[in-house]
Order: sequence, then C-alpha cells, then structure tokens
Amino acid sequence: MEDRQRQSDEIFAKLREEAKAKHRGRLKIFFGYAAGVGKTYSMLEAARAQAAAETDIVLGYVEPHARPETEALTLGMEVLPARQVAHRGITVREFDLDAALARKPAVIVVDELAHTNAPGMRHAKRWQDVEELLEAGINVYTTLNVQHVESLNDIVAQVSGIQVRETIPDAVFDQADSIELVDLPPEELLGRFKEGKVYVPAQAERAMQKFFTLPNLTALRELALRRTADRVNAQMQAARTALADTHVWATSERLLVCVGPSPTSARVIRVAKRMASALRAPWIAVHVDTGNLMSDAVRDKLTRNLNLAEQLGAETATLSGQEVAEEVVKYAHARNVTKIMIGKTGEPRWREMLGKSVVGQILHRSGDVDVYVIRGQDEPGEQGRAQAVGHGGPPIDYRRLAKAVVVTILCTGLAGLMRAAFPKLSDANQVMVYFLGVVFVAARYGLRAGILASVLSVLAFDFFFVEPIYKFTVFDTQYFVTFAVMLVISVLISTLAERIRRQADASRRRERRTEVLYRLSRKLAGTAGTHQLVSEAEGQLAESFASEVAIFLPDDAGRLKPALGGSSSFAANQRELAVAQWVFEHGQLAGTGTDTLPDAHAFYVPLASARGAVGVLALRPIELGRFNPPDQRQLLETLAGQIALAIERDRLAEQAQKVLVQAEAERLRSSLLSSVSHDLRTPLAVIAGTSSSLLEGGDALDGPGRRELLQTIVDESNRLALLVDNLLHITRLESGSVTVNKQWYPLEEVVGSSLERVKKQVAGRQVGVHLPADLPLVKFDGVLVEQVFINLLENACRYAPAGSPIDILAHVEGGNLVCEVADRGAGLADDERRRVFDKFYRGQAAGGQRGAGLGLAICRAVVEAHGGMIWEENRPDGGARFIFMIPLEGQPPQIDMSLEPKAEG
Amino acid sequence: MSENRPIILVIEDDPPIRRFLRASLSSHDFEVQEASTGKEALMLAAQRPADLVILDLGLPDMDGLEVIRRLRDWSRAPIIVVSARGQEKDKVAALDAGADDYLTKPFGVGELLARIRVALRHAATIAAGKDQETTQFNVGELRVDLAGRRVFVGRQEVHLTPIEYKLLTTLARYAGKVLTHRFLLKEVWGPPYVDQTHYLRIFMANLRRKIEADPARPRYLLTEQGVGYRLADE
Repeated sequence: MEDRQRQSDEIFAKLREEAKAKHRGRLKIFFGYAAGVGKTYSMLEAARAQAAAETDIVLGYVEPHARPETEALTLGMEVLPARQVAHRGITVREFDLDAALARKPAVIVVDELAHTNAPGMRHAKRWQDVEELLEAGINVYTTLNVQHVESLNDIVAQVSGIQVRETIPDAVFDQADSIELVDLPPEELLGRFKEGKVYVPAQAERAMQKFFTLPNLTALRELALRRTADRVNAQMQAARTALADTHVWATSERLLVCVGPSPTSARVIRVAKRMASALRAPWIAVHVDTGNLMSDAVRDKLTRNLNLAEQLGAETATLSGQEVAEEVVKYAHARNVTKIMIGKTGEPRWREMLGKSVVGQILHRSGDVDVYVIRGQDEPGEQGRAQAVGHGGPPIDYRRLAKAVVVTILCTGLAGLMRAAFPKLSDANQVMVYFLGVVFVAARYGLRAGILASVLSVLAFDFFFVEPIYKFTVFDTQYFVTFAVMLVISVLISTLAERIRRQADASRRRERRTEVLYRLSRKLAGTAGTHQLVSEAEGQLAESFASEVAIFLPDDAGRLKPALGGSSSFAANQRELAVAQWVFEHGQLAGTGTDTLPDAHAFYVPLASARGAVGVLALRPIELGRFNPPDQRQLLETLAGQIALAIERDRLAEQAQKVLVQAEAERLRSSLLSSVSHDLRTPLAVIAGTSSSLLEGGDALDGPGRRELLQTIVDESNRLALLVDNLLHITRLESGSVTVNKQWYPLEEVVGSSLERVKKQVAGRQVGVHLPADLPLVKFDGVLVEQVFINLLENACRYAPAGSPIDILAHVEGGNLVCEVADRGAGLADDERRRVFDKFYRGQAAGGQRGAGLGLAICRAVVEAHGGMIWEENRPDGGARFIFMIPLEGQPPQIDMSLEPKAEG
Repeated sequence: MSENRPIILVIEDDPPIRRFLRASLSSHDFEVQEASTGKEALMLAAQRPADLVILDLGLPDMDGLEVIRRLRDWSRAPIIVVSARGQEKDKVAALDAGADDYLTKPFGVGELLARIRVALRHAATIAAGKDQETTQFNVGELRVDLAGRRVFVGRQEVHLTPIEYKLLTTLARYAGKVLTHRFLLKEVWGPPYVDQTHYLRIFMANLRRKIEADPARPRYLLTEQGVGYRLADE
C-alpha cells in the first residue's frame, strides 16, 4: 500500500521534473580538478564547434586571464559586454545577467560557475545567475573545479590545507545535464604551472605555490574522477530504473542530522549529505532551540550551518524544547527518520556517567532508529553541548552583574537592619535574606549574575555578620561549613532559577509563534474577499513583526501590484516592485538578509500555494536585522503559506459561487427551454396544420369555412408573436442588457399610452383611471413602466370575467409612487400568491387564451430594476390588486416659462 | 390606368416576405419593384423614382439607416421601415434618419396598407401644399383653423398658449405620422432644446387637458412611448 503510494509519488515527481525540464535550458559543466587543466579552453572549443554548426551561441562571460591560445578562440564569436560594477573604489567586470536574458541566445557561455558576484548584483553567486538563465530556457556552458563542490569542500581542505570559500550546492552539479571532465595528468599540469602557463591571481601566489604539489593535485584529480564516476554510475542506474520501470528510491531511509552553531556541525552536515546521497535518502537538518540566549555571532554561525544544510539539499527545521535529545527523538519518530547523525560531543565525563549527555540520551531514547556519532574535526576541548547550548554562551552583560552587586548590598542592608532591630535573632535569618537576593538576581538577571550574587553574599555575610565583624577572617571554624553550604545552595538556586527562566523564555517564544499563527489564521478564516484578506494579513503581520508590510498580487497579465495600492512607502518603489516580481516568478525568497537581491529594502517571501505563487509578501523591518534568525524566516514562510491558502481559498470560493450562479442560470434556461419549446410548437403546429389543409383541400371549402381557418392562422401567429416578444423582453431584462433610461414623466401619459396599446384586449370593459390631479412628474423608464401597465392590464383581462371592470389607481406615499391595477376576478388562492411572479407560472384563465406566463415576471424585473417592489393583494370585496411601488427621485424639473411668451389672454 | 398606379419599391432580402408583399400590394393596385440589397435598391430608385419605399433595415450589404440617408439626399418619397428590431431606439434612429413610419415584424397586411395610405396621402398633401396653403385641419371633433390661428373642439373654442399652438400645428402638419421627440423639440423650441424631453411631455400633458375629453385616454394626441407623438388623423 505504502509502497504503491510512494511509487505514484515518484512518478508524479518524475513527471513534474520532466515538465519542468522541457522548458528549462540544459547545463553543461566543464569539470576539472584544478586551475590550468584547460577547462575554459575546452569550453571555448565546444562553443566554436556550436557556432560553426550555426547555433545561436554567445560568450556571456569569459575570465579575462585566458592565455593567448584561449583568447584566440574567442575571436569572431559574439561576446556579451561585461557589466562594469564599481566596488570599493575599483571597477569590477561582472557577467551581465539582464543583458543575457534580453539577448536570449540558444546557448550562452559563462565561465567560473563558483564565482561570487560583486555586491549590488542581483544574486550573490554566479550559479544563481546560471540557474535563472536555465529557468529562462537558455542552455549554458560553464566551468567548475572540484574544490568548489560544496560536499567535497572539507575533504579538499583536509587534502590541500586550503579552505575554499566559493562553493556551489551539490544539487547544481547533480542536476547538470552533462558533465565533461577535462583532465590532464598532474605532472603535466605541474610543468605548465612552473612555466607560468597557469593563471594565478597575484594575491594568491604564495598559497598556490603550496597548493600545486604532486600529492595535492593527485588527490584532487582522484576526487574529480570519482565524483564524475559517481555521477555516471547514478545515471546508469537511473537509466536502468527507467527501463525496468521500478521505483527509483530503493531504500526508504530518511536521515536526520543535528545542527548547532559550532564549526563541528558543518562537518557533520557534509558527512550527512554524503551518506544521504549514498543511500539516496532525503535528509533533515534539525536545530533545537532550548531558549538559551545566543550572541549574534553564535546565531550567525547557526544560521550559516542551517543554510549550508539547505544548500546541500536538506530540509531544515527548528524545534523548541528544553531537552535536546527528547525533541530530536520525538521529531525523528514523527518524521519516520531511520538514521540520526550527531556530532561527537565533548561533554563532561560526569554528564556521560549520569546519562545526561545529549548523545547518551539520544542513544538511550532512539529505539529502532540508528544513531551515528560523527567525530568533530575541531579541538577536543570544543564544547560538545555547544552544538545546542551555544558556543561560549551569551556575552557578559556588565550591567546585569552590577545589578547583582546592588541587590547584594541591599540584602546586606536589610540583614543589618534586622540585626539592629532584633539582636537576638540567629544568623540563619540573615542567610535567608541573602538567599532571597540570590533567587531574585538569578531569576531576573541570569546565571552569571546569580553566581556572582552567591559569592558576594557569602563574602558579605562573612564580612558584616560573622565575628570578627568587618574582617574576612573567621574565629569559629564551623562558619566554614555555613559558607560552603550557603555557596552551594546559592549556586544551585541560581542554576534552577536560570533554568526556569529559560524555559519560560522558550515557551514565551513558542507561544508568540503560535499566537501569531493562530491570530492570523483566525482572522483569515473569518474574512472573505481578496481585498479584505490582504488588508487583515498586512495589519496582523505589521503588528506582529513591527514592520511595514505589503502584499503584492498579480494582475491579469501577471504583473505584480501592491494589492492595497501601495500604502507602504517601499511598495510603490519600482525597484522594490521588480524584486517582488522576481520572487513571484521564481517562487524563492529574496531581498534584505538573503543571497538574492540583498540590496532591496524589504524581505520578500512568495505566497506559495500548491499551484505556484499566488503573490508576494514583503516586510520591511522598522528595526533592521530582524530577519536573519532562521526561525523567523520559517515562521514567515509558514505565515505566507497561510495567506496564500486563504487567498486561494477565497478565489476557489469565488469560482464556486460563479459556478453555482451559472448552474442556476443553466437550470432556469433549461426549464425555460422546455416551456418555450412547448409554447412555440403549439401555435406553429396550428399554423402549419391549418395552412396546409387550406392548400390541400382549400377549394372544397366554402367561404365562411375558409375564413375561419384563415382567422385561426392569424390568431395563432399573433399569439406566437406575443410569446416571442415577451421572451425577448425577459431575456434582455435578465441578462442586464437593458439599461434603465430614466426620464421625467407625467404618469398620465404612460397610463394613456398603455391603454392605447391594449385597446383590443380591454374592449368591452370599463377601465376606470383614478389619478390625483396633483401627481408630480416621476422619474422612470417610460417604455418599461408602460410595459408593466400593459402586462398588468392584459393579466387582468385574462383572469377576470369578460366585461368586468378594471381600475387603475395611483398615489404618492412616503416618497414612493404607488400604482395599482385592480380587477374584479376570483382573486388569488394562497398557494398562487407566492408563485404568480415566477416565470412560466400560469393561473387558471377565466376563458380564452392562456398567456405565456411571463407577463408578471417581466413586471417584477422592471420594478426591481427601478429599485421598487411589486406585490399582489386580494380585494376585500372580491378581485385581485397588483400593486407596484417606485421610489421618487430628486426634484421634478422646473420649466422655464420665459420660453412661453404670454401672448394669449 | 396602369400608368397611374403608384410605384412601391420593396427593399427586403428575405424572399418569402418579398413574395407576400408583392402578392398583397399588387392585388391592392400598386406597382411593385423589388430589390434584395441596398445597392440594387439605390440603383432602381435612381432609374425609376418610386412613390413609396418599404425598407427592411437588416440588409446584407449595407446598413438600412445608410439607405434611408442616401435616398433622402434626393428623394422625398415616403419611406416605411419594416424591421425585426422592435426596440424604441431603433425606431427613433430610423425616423430621425428620415423614415416616415416604422413597422415591427411580424405585421399584418391590413396594418401595412393603412400605413401606406397615410404616407401617400401625406406626401400628396405636402406636394400640393407647397403652393396652396392648407387653411384648416380636421379630425373627429378637433378643428384647427390655421389661417385664423384658432382651435376648436366641437363648437367650443380652446385657448392655447403660443407654444401649445405651435406644437399642435406641427403635429397637424404631419398628422398620422409619428414625430420623434427630437424632431418636435427642434421644430417647436429650437435646436438647443432637442434633449429636453420633459418640456415636451409637460406641454403635451397641458395640451391634452385642453383638447382631450379624458387626458388619460387620449383620442387625438397619441403617445408612441419611447419614440414620440402622433396626431390621430382618422
């Protein structure tokens, strides 16, 4: 079951990758083991071959140190001008990414994949530039030396003694479409080096002298060959897997590596990466935040280690908890981890003996999980627990220590007062006062202050209260015991108080995180409409992070815009908008505190949902430097996820609403169709039947018989015409294509014109028109209101007995014009009253033709379009009244009577 | 005899409608010319001027309104529009372009013949009225003495304001024909007032109160809602 699930997951993953790969450019790396093996030369040769084959190829960037024969290879090729960047007073040549993207060749040559860009460029590293080129569908040729591969970094350092700072993530190397190994025997390379044929930066000359030795080069060569072989091996396996169509991940291993701020951790991380690669297993780097204070430097190191893990392909997580081992094991079980890797710690022996060391505890609790303890490469004195606890702890805060001194002095004063007031009291009471002070100090100002207060308390107690007073000498030796016990208790209290404080801190932080998340999700859950969602989210985040917050959403063309119209100062800035756009398109973090576009003012997080980014969240901290801690970043990403989810949910709800409306419209349309088809066919059948019978046997018919048939045809045609008219009318009204054209009318005119239109129908009835003489002009659409009267009058004619009178009444009431058409028919039954205004509802006609069942529906649509109401009542003395109400609008216009010369007397 | 038969040009692209128009018009002593496109119609009309034009607005080659405008460039022959477009704004557009009457499909032959008669009579009066000024207009009880500028309903003289009088005589001049709001406002008040339809409605209401027995059920001053007014001529 699980197996099949995994298989399908893999197939999806593969499909996704393939889909991505379709549009992605292909990366070819010319891979060597040291400078001078001829990577650039080989690359340019390959480029020339491509150019000869008429491929659209451009030299994006080639290091200027090339030798003459290399230089010669660039002749006649299209070269992209390098960007000149001023950096610390000197001009640096850099690869111009934007120009390359704009030029968009089929293939581009970019030398030195591991290069670090000058500050001010979009990305910190060249491999990120290359990544963007590939994203844009451009094929890239590049060069790389083995020492720049991240996971081999430490080995290279061990072998050659040179720490390489410029590295690329292994994933970039692994995902390259082809690797061409450029090899040269080390002896030859050495020879070339000695002849000065290898370019060496002037400042690195001495280092290079140390580097270019036969053993070094041989070792590096082996590394490069082996790395390439590994890759070939993996490719072959992948090919075989694809052939056999079995799942790729033969193992279901998952690794967890414990990360702390110490440099040892970096080694542990690299080892974990190699093991994960070997096992082809996913791996997680975990840091446990115990709530200890960390100095900025330590926090930086931790962040760097977590970033390293991330770059090497790990998933990272920060856990909070007091007990490192407990949290790690709990998390490992929750994530089905099979192997835990931890650095060997140099914890005190007594902790190990008591089973208190982190490693020991993990071993003890791990159950069926394998635990690997990795040797740290640093000096054995390095604090093992520093992995979690922090290396060196927080910096000494002298103000806190001073406060400890002050508190001890206060305690001494208090104890002195006690002695003066109650000379009979034993010394134990003064000791208690000091304990009180120590607890206070430890709880408020930390462990160091607590210990200082403990020592000071013992000294002060000795000095002021133990004979001989004001001397540190002691007559009574039993006081030594008192001092010792006092000191031990004080220190213990300090430790305990500190621990409680830390726990409180940790839980406070956890609580804050939970609270921020909870508050946001609760707000978002209770909000509908994108605009409101965005404004709620911005408000919440601004409050929680003390930042300016902006959320960007794309318009129809995919261009980002501040969703609330750029209320924040930075959101309107074009440069910042460009950063947001980049983040949106690439689905990656960027901005201040990151490697990408670090010059931006704000920190940008994509609002990632399952269907890609729906927008971008930007925060500009009011206090700078708040976003480096990885837990904040994770929290922000979680929050961004929440917002994305809410926006997506809102859009889905909107879509669902639309679908619902459409379905309703569809349902109405189909019921309309079935009614209409019946109503259309009946008169058509009559017309067709009658006319064909006239055609066939017309000669046999006498005059009156013919006439009767012809009259039938005319009547049915009229009925059909009426139905079509009504249908067109209601369709137009309901589709909203009718605009209500309001003008000032005397009601009398509209009543008059409608009576004229129904002259035939009302013939033989007495129609009483009762309009007050002082009825004002009313603003409405005359054509539509005329139709209301026509329909109501026709309705009355249809359902009231022939010859019975009809009354039309109107008056103004409460700012409304109220009109009424009343008949003397049977009135309406209760169940009819609800449905009369429905489409295609037809009552029992008093005689003659049935209507189309649309007249009253049209009336309702018209009256509602005027913002009014229509309803029906039964007259107390028999008959039905249809009443409609239209709100009066504004002041009727005054006629300029000067246009009317008073010529007549 | 046959030379005196009025010529009617039927411009209609639908053959069945042309067929029944031809049949009924011929049997009522009209000579029928047929055109199925606008271009053909304009050509025919130029060759042999018709006494009346029946025009369908939905032509395959050009807009019916354009046909009206081109005909009106040189011909005063009445144009009756027959169209499936029944909306008021289409009627107004056709009338303002120079059509004399408007009939919505489907229509009965009786209705069409009545409109043709009105239009022809009206054209004849205008043609004759050029030299000899009509001095009197009569319909039902209503009598307008144009020479004496007096108006009577039955034996009772009605006193009208100058504007009311002008409105009534304008309607009388085109009796039986629907006059658009725009046309009436231009004729009576002048071009700046063509959009002040409420002026027209108010004066029309006053006029009805003076002339009609029951202003809510007019006998003479008829409203074509959304289009304009017409003075009954029979």
